Amino acid sequence: MSESKYANTNYLKAGKGLKSWLFTLDHKRIGIMYLIAILASFALGGILALLVRYELMSPNQLIMTKEQYNKAFTLHGAVMVFLFIIPSIPAAIGNFVIPLMLGAKDVALPRLNLASFYFWVAGAALCLGSIVFGAVDTGWTFYTPYSTTTDTGVIGMALGVFVLGFSSIFTGLNFIVTIHKMRPKGMTWFRMPLFLWGMYSTSIIQVLATPVIGITVLLLILERVIGIGIFDPALGGDPVLFQHFFWFYSHPAVYIMILPAMAVISEVVTTHCKRSIFGYVFMAYSSLAIAVISFLVWGHHMFVNGQSDFAAMLFSFLTFLVAIPSGIKVFNWVATMYQGKIALTTPFLYFLSFLGLFLVGGFTGIFLGALATDVHLHDTYFVVAHFHYVMMGGTVIAFLAALHHWWPKMFGKMYNAFWAKLSCLMIFVGFNITFFTQFVLGSKGMPRRYASYYEEFQTLHQISTFGSWVLGAAFIIMGIYFVHSLVKGKDASENPWGSSTLEWQTASPPIQQNFVTIPVVDGGPYDYAKRAKKNG
Amino acid sequence: MNEKVLSLTKSGTYWLPESISNFGQDVDSLFYFILWCSVAFFVGIVGVSIYFLVHYHQSKKNSHLDTNEKEFSHNNAIEITWTVLPLILVMVIFVWGYKGYLNMAVIPENGIDVRVNGRKWVWNYTHTRTGKTDGAALVVPVNYPIKLTMSSVDVLHSFFLPNLRIKRDVIPNRYTILWFEANKIGSYPILCTEYCGTEHSNMLSVLKVVSMEDYQVYANSTDENMTPLELGKKYYKGLGCSACHSIDGSDMIGPTWKGLYGKLREFSDGTSTIADENYIRESIIYPNKRIVKGYPAGAMNSYKGQKDIVIDGIIEYIKTLK
Repeated sequence: MSESKYANTNYLKAGKGLKSWLFTLDHKRIGIMYLIAILASFALGGILALLVRYELMSPNQLIMTKEQYNKAFTLHGAVMVFLFIIPSIPAAIGNFVIPLMLGAKDVALPRLNLASFYFWVAGAALCLGSIVFGAVDTGWTFYTPYSTTTDTGVIGMALGVFVLGFSSIFTGLNFIVTIHKMRPKGMTWFRMPLFLWGMYSTSIIQVLATPVIGITVLLLILERVIGIGIFDPALGGDPVLFQHFFWFYSHPAVYIMILPAMAVISEVVTTHCKRSIFGYVFMAYSSLAIAVISFLVWGHHMFVNGQSDFAAMLFSFLTFLVAIPSGIKVFNWVATMYQGKIALTTPFLYFLSFLGLFLVGGFTGIFLGALATDVHLHDTYFVVAHFHYVMMGGTVIAFLAALHHWWPKMFGKMYNAFWAKLSCLMIFVGFNITFFTQFVLGSKGMPRRYASYYEEFQTLHQISTFGSWVLGAAFIIMGIYFVHSLVKGKDASENPWGSSTLEWQTASPPIQQNFVTIPVVDGGPYDYAKRAKKNG
Repeated sequence: MNEKVLSLTKSGTYWLPESISNFGQDVDSLFYFILWCSVAFFVGIVGVSIYFLVHYHQSKKNSHLDTNEKEFSHNNAIEITWTVLPLILVMVIFVWGYKGYLNMAVIPENGIDVRVNGRKWVWNYTHTRTGKTDGAALVVPVNYPIKLTMSSVDVLHSFFLPNLRIKRDVIPNRYTILWFEANKIGSYPILCTEYCGTEHSNMLSVLKVVSMEDYQVYANSTDENMTPLELGKKYYKGLGCSACHSIDGSDMIGPTWKGLYGKLREFSDGTSTIADENYIRESIIYPNKRIVKGYPAGAMNSYKGQKDIVIDGIIEYIKTLK
């Protein structure tokens, strides 16, 4: 890449035309393409969510039949999990930021990086194509034997998930190699910003766990096509085996979603507090600890499916263990505010929002990890609420923090801070109205995936739906000010937040080869005191 | 949904519906213990955050950059404390939760046995001592241990009794067990909590807790002393026929039963026949042998193994639906 005639040009202007984007090997451009793709997926998943919530305004049919409702919530889940959240921070933000933050010119394997994007496109096409062939009504978990017997387009969706898995593995592999081999002089492991530690841990899970879901959905397809009888008891199979396979991937996958969020938050909190992270070493190791333990807790999705009491005990115990490193991170983020020089910027507001929502998500996880209470709460709206507090309150909020934090670097433009803060506040309020209600619904006994319900639940459902409209409005505002920023936004300086990490020590937007000269690292990532001295 | 059951939202506490089981008190205490611990931690963490936010806002000039203090960025004692203290707390919760779970797992020997059968989208109960079957309600005596042995004939279901705080998946080709002692007479909701298809949200049933005397009378009134028509009416609901076949002529997943008897049926393979006793019997036992034009194949599972008096009853019932 260094021989490119564009090496020192703004990467957005390095080459013109669609082809220069579609065949680019520049990690920044691939990151931006991923960003556009996943934002489109998020919009689709969000519209489906609004439709599902609207239908639940009444226990009777409003806009969808039961079949349509079942397909809508399945698509909402599948699009959000497989097309949006899993690639959101790693593939879009990570692709853009990792080499810059590391002080490298690109990822180690740029062609694999581009291949990963096209695998995503192919997987997404298959998933969405399944809508044409009757859509899928199994829920995003594809539980057998329902999924092997339903008359809907399970094969297309399953193939899509299979192909998307490769996209995820390629990205993970690329980041592992990049972090091992591309660190510049002086960038030791413990001088790496925590974002890189988080992404490294995530990548390990992606590479090790994703093949399992690949094999599982492949078996599901074979079962449907040639009836091999792995999962369907009518063919001599075992439906519970599918749950083991599925959660052996999908629980670690939850950490593929939340670890990058934690990684983003560590960067946002240090930058906007102008100080180093509290307890760096604990933070770095807690990411690795989460990655390791995340492989050993899948059985907590199966406490009521008849697995042995001994297995249930072990899985409950291990589930509580994984809470500890997450707790350490929360304490350390809060402690990082101590002695800080806090700027109430939009990314920092997102950090505060994340803190509140992730705490609620974490605490409600304890109700579900404890065996006796889980039996009552399992498969109710309590689980739905918990999941959304962690995945949306945690990961999506952190993704938005990342987007607002690195937006000036990505596009060289600032956005309108007033509207951004207003939208952030609306998301926080709307989110709580939507999902806190669902905790009460669930603990009162409202099961999930119900197209209709006892009339007595209607008020709570309506409150939840009102909240979803506030959320929808906030995202529309966000869309408007981001477009406005691209078209008419003020130019961003090299380092608008005054951050100490390397990606801010080059132009906004960066030049194609990232740095004119590869930086040499001579200290920790968050040395604001030294920076202040240097700058007088 | 028409059956009158105790309201979940209007009974019990703010968070939980009224408890009527031997497990309720323990589960609810644990629930509220976790809740109040969480509230305490939440208020503490958010409170400290707000204090820091105000005190170290950049306008206050209190930061390490302004005061030139050495940055406080690491302290083993503090970090180990906030690792170990929560660990102890969650271990208490873990043991408490496991003990409660074991209570649900250890089944008393003297209980009344009921077989629970899940099928899209209806629950069916057989009281094993007397052979009494019922598809409308699970009727049990108050203050007496009940053991449910459950299985499914098609896909996964899950048997959820919110007022008893218990739930267990119902799986094809495998038995799962639940037991409980209900301590208050009344009617309570039973819901399916594992997604099972179109009418999942209508897979509802009722737990009727009655006195031991009433239960004895109920369990001993078996099918043998009912007329075929009464049996047919009962099993139309009880076997779940009502989930897919209407009796008023309206179109559901399967053909309506209204006016079915004696009518000419046209099949998807081009053949046709008059719906007589033999055709109806075949449709119950081998439902996929001939599919009526315009309806999906494979939507219905075989009811092979039902007693003859039940099948006869259903045929008699269909005959009356003109």
